[in-house]
Amino acid sequence: MSDYAPLSLHVPEPEVRPGDTPDFSKVVIPKAGSVPRPPVDVDPKEIRDLAFSIIRVLNRDGEAVGPWAGTLSEDELKDGLRYMMTLRAFDARMQTAQRQGKTSFYMQHMGEEAVSCAFRQAMEPGDMNFPTYRQAGLLIAGGYPMVDMMNQIYSNEADPLKGRQLPIMYSSKEYGFFSISGNLGTQYIQAVGWAMASAIRHDTRIAAGWIGDGSTAESDFHAALVFASTYRAPVVLNIVNNQWAISTFQGIARGGAGTFAARGLGFGIPALRVDGNDYLAVHAVAKWAVERARRGLGPTLVEYVTYRVGAHSTSDDPSAYRPKTESDAWPLGDPVIRLKNHLIKLGLWSDDRHKQMEAEIMDGVVAAQKEAEAHGTLHSGGKPSVRDMFEGVYEEMPPHLRRQRQKVGV
Amino acid sequence: MARMTMIEAIRSAMDVSMGRDENVVVFGEDVGYFGGVFRATAGLQQKYGRQRCFDAPISELGIVGAAIGMAAYGLRPCVEVQFADYVYPAYDQIVSEAARLRYRSAGQFTCPIVIRMPTGGGIFGGQTHSQSPEALFTHVSGLKVVVPSNPRDAKGLLIAAIEDPDPVIFLEPKRLYNGPFDGHHDRPVTAWSKHEFGEVQEGHYTTPLGKAEIRRAGSDVTVLTYGTMVYVAQAAAEETGVDAEIIDLRTLLPLDLDTIVASVKKTGRCVVVHEATLTSGFGAELAALVQENCFYHLEAPVARVTGWDTPYPHAQEWDYFPGPKRVGEALLAAMEG
Repeated sequence: MSDYAPLSLHVPEPEVRPGDTPDFSKVVIPKAGSVPRPPVDVDPKEIRDLAFSIIRVLNRDGEAVGPWAGTLSEDELKDGLRYMMTLRAFDARMQTAQRQGKTSFYMQHMGEEAVSCAFRQAMEPGDMNFPTYRQAGLLIAGGYPMVDMMNQIYSNEADPLKGRQLPIMYSSKEYGFFSISGNLGTQYIQAVGWAMASAIRHDTRIAAGWIGDGSTAESDFHAALVFASTYRAPVVLNIVNNQWAISTFQGIARGGAGTFAARGLGFGIPALRVDGNDYLAVHAVAKWAVERARRGLGPTLVEYVTYRVGAHSTSDDPSAYRPKTESDAWPLGDPVIRLKNHLIKLGLWSDDRHKQMEAEIMDGVVAAQKEAEAHGTLHSGGKPSVRDMFEGVYEEMPPHLRRQRQKVGV
Repeated sequence: MARMTMIEAIRSAMDVSMGRDENVVVFGEDVGYFGGVFRATAGLQQKYGRQRCFDAPISELGIVGAAIGMAAYGLRPCVEVQFADYVYPAYDQIVSEAARLRYRSAGQFTCPIVIRMPTGGGIFGGQTHSQSPEALFTHVSGLKVVVPSNPRDAKGLLIAAIEDPDPVIFLEPKRLYNGPFDGHHDRPVTAWSKHEFGEVQEGHYTTPLGKAEIRRAGSDVTVLTYGTMVYVAQAAAEETGVDAEIIDLRTLLPLDLDTIVASVKKTGRCVVVHEATLTSGFGAELAALVQENCFYHLEAPVARVTGWDTPYPHAQEWDYFPGPKRVGEALLAAMEG
């Protein structure tokens, strides 16, 4: 007889499932302004607690408070609001376009708009993002033409990627947006390699890697942290914790660790958690991390605590695995409304102006959509050529591909 | 001209490339200070500094993933995976990322990287130091796959690979590092110093990718092979008296089909020889291409001589390895076909 009780496998479960009352009481939310802002050259050992807290700037009254406040000018704040509202309008139209059969697939950002839009405002021309599929705010806030994004989504004759890539897997070297793979986690280590190259060349450009809470479980995440730590690469490693990896709650990837940010501590990488729905906090932390990278102080790991309000993609139905009203209960609110309230509090904004801008933005999105659709949608109108299918596999087409192309007669 | 082993020729290729282009960087496990477990990078860190030749953590996916990011930046990384048997953690980075980056970004980002790795058996390395995984790479659109068989080619092909605008898998038959090997493991080892291809130009030259070389002209049967098996096939031809035309493919992807077809149309017979396992091996592709292109010239079925479909064994190495006896039997059988 064994002295031990039989073992039993622990499989984590979220607090609630469909039909239950949403409950975020275990998410500890520190008061806005309460987390200190260390100097960028701080010894990582001294700020380990920042991996377990949440940096917040906007309080419940819409005021910017504490040491992380004040990184954006009034104009930049208004720009930020416009970026987020543009992304939301863009998402709404493209989500509908997918439902109308104009494309095969779409992924929206609802609730996470602040993360990529505010981060983009902290970067410089020449820097490079290695994004996942939910950072189109990097393009919107970077001034990339919406019509080109739509052309890509429609895989039409004007698609910059020639119909080769799944919708929303954009690429724009010019706008500091690395080609999205669609495989998860792979680009985290590539961001580190890109940053290492900048250091090898003695440039001052920095990279930003992006990953979701679920994909931190990939080996690529571990490799990226090892390389970033070892070579002190000028890179910002972003984790967007939106609570859900398709249907899998974040506890499955996180395991027994307190937070995702805490994963950085074992590597000696400064790790910060930030309110991902607080535009000002995201920008302040991004700026801090970008500055560290550019000064040669090494990598920073940043966890953005946010919530994926929408479905994972147009192929997903979240009501099957989480309460329908869970997003309403999310304690960090809506990033657009929070920034809007802040601007109103500052006397820079009003409900009327907000509505007016909403309408203007929608007009712009609709106009871009019209222009894109003139170039075709997935199943009608102009298409990329079949010849484009064979080209660009290599710089120079090898004989076997040439023979295959000739067989098709293109 | 200088006398070089294959290792010295490979080192010289990296040295020449690093000297000509400061974008060439070299890294991998044990590659920096120590100079690599096979000594391929010995002296490069001392000559070019730690920022251009350095040790990497034991993470093949990290090595390849970082190299992809560097290549996208504009560098030309030439990385070492210590043994081809260790490449699998990097497979996703190679297949889903390096190979497709140019295509999926419509040329905005490219991936001029070289991934060097020692391949093949014959050194009692057991299952983790003997594999020949070339077919796992020839099946991937967007890669180039090179397997040199001698120092002269190894240097020219490696420089060409480093200068190539696309990702190249560079498989180095480790049994050939110090000398040609004809499969007679019980005979004294021969050195490259005694072989004509051990004479190597010291400076810069390239050997074009995608071009095969006829190692032995013959009229009876065409042998399609690469790497170590080139010498095994030569020994088999001499020992059986079959007048084989032995083609060293050198580059598997893209493949020099013209040279293959011209030879098989001439001889009317074809034997494919590789160390890698049989099923879905690169020999299957070669056999298919030969029958598609030379069917009416064939006087015998296309034969394959390969490693068995088992993991690479240790004690049974010489029962596994397709030596000159097995190759010779296949040549004779092809002549009877």
